[in-house]
Amino acid sequence: MRRRWANAAAIFCTCEGIAAVADGADKTPLSFQDMILTLHAYWAARGCAILQPYDMRVGAGTFHPSTTLRSLGPEPWNVAYVQPSRRPTDGRYGENPNRLQHYYQYQVILKPSPADLQEQYLGSLAAIGIDPLLHDIRFVEDDWESPTLGAWGLGWEVWCDGMEVTQFTYFQQMGGFDCKPVAGELTYGLERLAMYIQNVDNVYDLRFSDAVGDVAAVSYGDVFLENEKQFSKWNFEVADTETLFAGFKAAEAECQRAIEANVPLAAYDQAIEASHLFNLLQARGVISVQERANYMARVRDLAKGSCKAWIDSQSERWTAKYPGWTL
Amino acid sequence: MTDFLLELRSEEIPARMQAGARAELEKLFRAQLSAAGLETGDLTIWSTPRRLALIAKGLPEATAAVSEELKGPRSSAPPQALEGFLRKTGLTQDQLEDRDGVYFAVIDKPGRPTSRVLTDTIAHIVRHMPWPKSMRWGKDSASSESLRWVRPLSGIVAIFGEELVPCKIGGIEAGFATRGHRFHCPGEITIGSASDYTEKLRACHVIVDHEERQSIIRAGAAKVAADAGLTLVEDEGLVIENAGLTEWPVPLLGRFDEAFLEVPPEVIQLTARVNQKYFVVNGKDGKLANGFVCTANIDAVDSGAEIVAGNRKVLAARLSDARFFWEQDQKKTLAQHAEKLANITFHEKLGTVADKVERVAKLAEWLASEGIVPNCDPALARQAAELAKADLVTEMVGEFPELQGLMGGYYARAEGLPDAVADAIRDHYKPVGQGDDVPTAPVTVAVALADKLDTLLSFFLIHLGPTGSKDPFALRRAGLGIIGIILENSLRCDLEQVMTEGFRRAQAKPTNVEDLVASSVMFFFADRLKVQQKEAGVRHDLIDAVFGLAPEGDLVRLLARVKALQAFMATEDGTNLLAGYKRAANILKQAGEVSGTAAATPPTDADAVLLAALDAAQPAASAAVAEERFTDAMAALASLRAPIDAFFDGVMVNDPEPAIRKYRIDLLSRFTGAVHGVADFSKIEG
Repeated sequence: MRRRWANAAAIFCTCEGIAAVADGADKTPLSFQDMILTLHAYWAARGCAILQPYDMRVGAGTFHPSTTLRSLGPEPWNVAYVQPSRRPTDGRYGENPNRLQHYYQYQVILKPSPADLQEQYLGSLAAIGIDPLLHDIRFVEDDWESPTLGAWGLGWEVWCDGMEVTQFTYFQQMGGFDCKPVAGELTYGLERLAMYIQNVDNVYDLRFSDAVGDVAAVSYGDVFLENEKQFSKWNFEVADTETLFAGFKAAEAECQRAIEANVPLAAYDQAIEASHLFNLLQARGVISVQERANYMARVRDLAKGSCKAWIDSQSERWTAKYPGWTL
Repeated sequence: MTDFLLELRSEEIPARMQAGARAELEKLFRAQLSAAGLETGDLTIWSTPRRLALIAKGLPEATAAVSEELKGPRSSAPPQALEGFLRKTGLTQDQLEDRDGVYFAVIDKPGRPTSRVLTDTIAHIVRHMPWPKSMRWGKDSASSESLRWVRPLSGIVAIFGEELVPCKIGGIEAGFATRGHRFHCPGEITIGSASDYTEKLRACHVIVDHEERQSIIRAGAAKVAADAGLTLVEDEGLVIENAGLTEWPVPLLGRFDEAFLEVPPEVIQLTARVNQKYFVVNGKDGKLANGFVCTANIDAVDSGAEIVAGNRKVLAARLSDARFFWEQDQKKTLAQHAEKLANITFHEKLGTVADKVERVAKLAEWLASEGIVPNCDPALARQAAELAKADLVTEMVGEFPELQGLMGGYYARAEGLPDAVADAIRDHYKPVGQGDDVPTAPVTVAVALADKLDTLLSFFLIHLGPTGSKDPFALRRAGLGIIGIILENSLRCDLEQVMTEGFRRAQAKPTNVEDLVASSVMFFFADRLKVQQKEAGVRHDLIDAVFGLAPEGDLVRLLARVKALQAFMATEDGTNLLAGYKRAANILKQAGEVSGTAAATPPTDADAVLLAALDAAQPAASAAVAEERFTDAMAALASLRAPIDAFFDGVMVNDPEPAIRKYRIDLLSRFTGAVHGVADFSKIEG
């Protein structure tokens, strides 16, 4: 609707502020699992296929082939999923209230990026209970780059009252190739967001699920504290470095074999494997500063090679379906 | 005359790019209008995180009609010439004017409506805006030709007077509608003209004028601090950054746990500023207090209580990390930290940081024991140098590299090392630029000088000195630092000797540093000295005139001499003597080698007077130079002015008599030689 203002003196705001989301301020905040279920429902209602986590050890939701490989090529792709993410060097033996070597990311990929992506995203925050007239939500410049994936994009870290709760990125390149069209990627840090919503200072105090009848509530600590203790120890002290080095070499070789055999999805699995083994070797402290760059370059070559093989295997189909599309 | 409004609305523009974007928008707009023949008078350019806005006041309705005249062939020229001219102008022969036998074509170009020009201008701006980084987005990005902008461009408002300027770029069509504040007024609002733009936006919780938002933050942050009995620590960079992150800035005061104040104040301030963009505050005692000011982008329904609580929590987590580093780092002594420096490469051809530290320690100790840095205990200089880089491997400096030096100083004091050592560790990177404090404490001077000399010479030795605009190891800055330290402290030494002998002693392996210093480093320093002294008004040609005699390694003496010369050159005697010198030098140059025997006695009185003057002035000048009485040396030169003027007035150098000519050439040669004893006047300009 186009309105012309006849009288400049009669200026007032006629648009309505965003409706307050919390109908009752004393409403119990969502449990960790309800937050996930709410996000699933929210994004499913916006056309996303709700996928399951990828069944391999990865450092971030971006490694899931549904992000990495599917952000390439012309086909629309709208998915949301939770991805357990492992960062061995972030382990603190369960003693730090904010740091974990295993945590969850909620990942949304919308390709092509819709014009109202920011509004859709803000709607999802409202859905899990963040009122934007009570909390200060900001888009602060943060350009994303993943040297191991040969990928970059522009976007922001989204702040809620000064805390980074989401990484918001428009992918420009993946595996060294232009994203055509560009995909929008939202990566929510679920534990941080939950700590914020539930107002707890220690991640292990999060309500994972609520009590139902006789069944007691479960805390995040109930589920993961022992996990953090044992895996921190294994990552830093126990993991056999010879096996890890050998595993890295094997994954590297297998990736190349799979690329040659034209099975890029299998090749990409091996790239992910190599990347995680490299992270474990880092945690074991056996990779020197000089070697580090070398290992990263090797992982990047595997990821790029897999992306290229994926493009090669799909190009014919893509161009047939989308005439005029070029790499 | 009509006003024009342009608003380019987008998703959040990085704060640091907004000032540049405003400048580029103005440049592009002015250039496009000027190319179309339109004058742009007053331009107002504003930015918020979500929009760039431009208002051009008083544009004409159309460009002026122009009449262009083209001269053609003579009417008597062959017909081919005429045909060619008609083809070129697109006219027929009867449309040409015949003026005195020459054809002229008069082409009238009517004025173009300004609105049309603006349509093209907007498209040009959107397609050519030079963002530091730009991106593609949306379904159009399936093609490589899709529009690029800093973040997705979401709307264009373009109104000339009250009329829409029609334009469509990359699927975005200009209209009257924009949007207000993202949360307070997310709906569409309709703009009528340039005159109601700011007020309509203000009504919708958007202050479009970035300077107004800056003032609100500046004043508001000071006020919330003052209301709590605190004083804001001013930070103009933060004011601008927060204004670039908000459309409706609301400064809010929060407090953090007082226990965190045990962490050094610089760490707290840096954590708050860099990670969270908060201001910090001082208490009544002038020391950092447990408060912070964050800038929200909304008028929260609870007046910001939740926002402050959330921000406090984030800051507390950050400060806990900082305190953890602070405590963790102190579990080891600096000497223990320093052991790890053996694992860090300084440069692949220059060994580890530990190797560098050892060289610097030897050099600093030598500078002290030789008395080059006076009143400096060599043992303390060595100790400070050995520990100066240890903080590079601490957790805190790993997190905040800009705290290098400072943290080392804190840790040194905490473990009870002497103040002189702690100060030297803290300040040895100084001065980091022109205008930075120059160290004066002896131990600090020794370490700062040794560190910079080692860096400079080490990179020159592996042929990685600065070239052209490239100076990846900041050696020019190191050079300026060395000069600053020497002059500020009046360190009397021969820099050439310091570099050759001192550096050689510090090296593990023999080097060819002597050749290097003589062939390039001394000239590098002369160059740096010119840069360093430019601001003080010291003439670069006079530095060349003194340095040109022989590379002077005592910078204090060099500068005293240059300054005396500069004072002399400002006098009438000085300018006249320079004129006489140039004349003499010219004559000597033209004469070349003159053989034969000179006359035994002065041929005339003028010759005799100059000879006598030289006999008196030359020893006086050289004695004065030797005793560093440079003003006296200049006075001795000044005594030559009248005799040389009289000489040129009274005699002809190129006398037909060869013996006389030879005599006078020799006399002039002696005159220039006497002048050279003080400064090489051939290098002086003017």
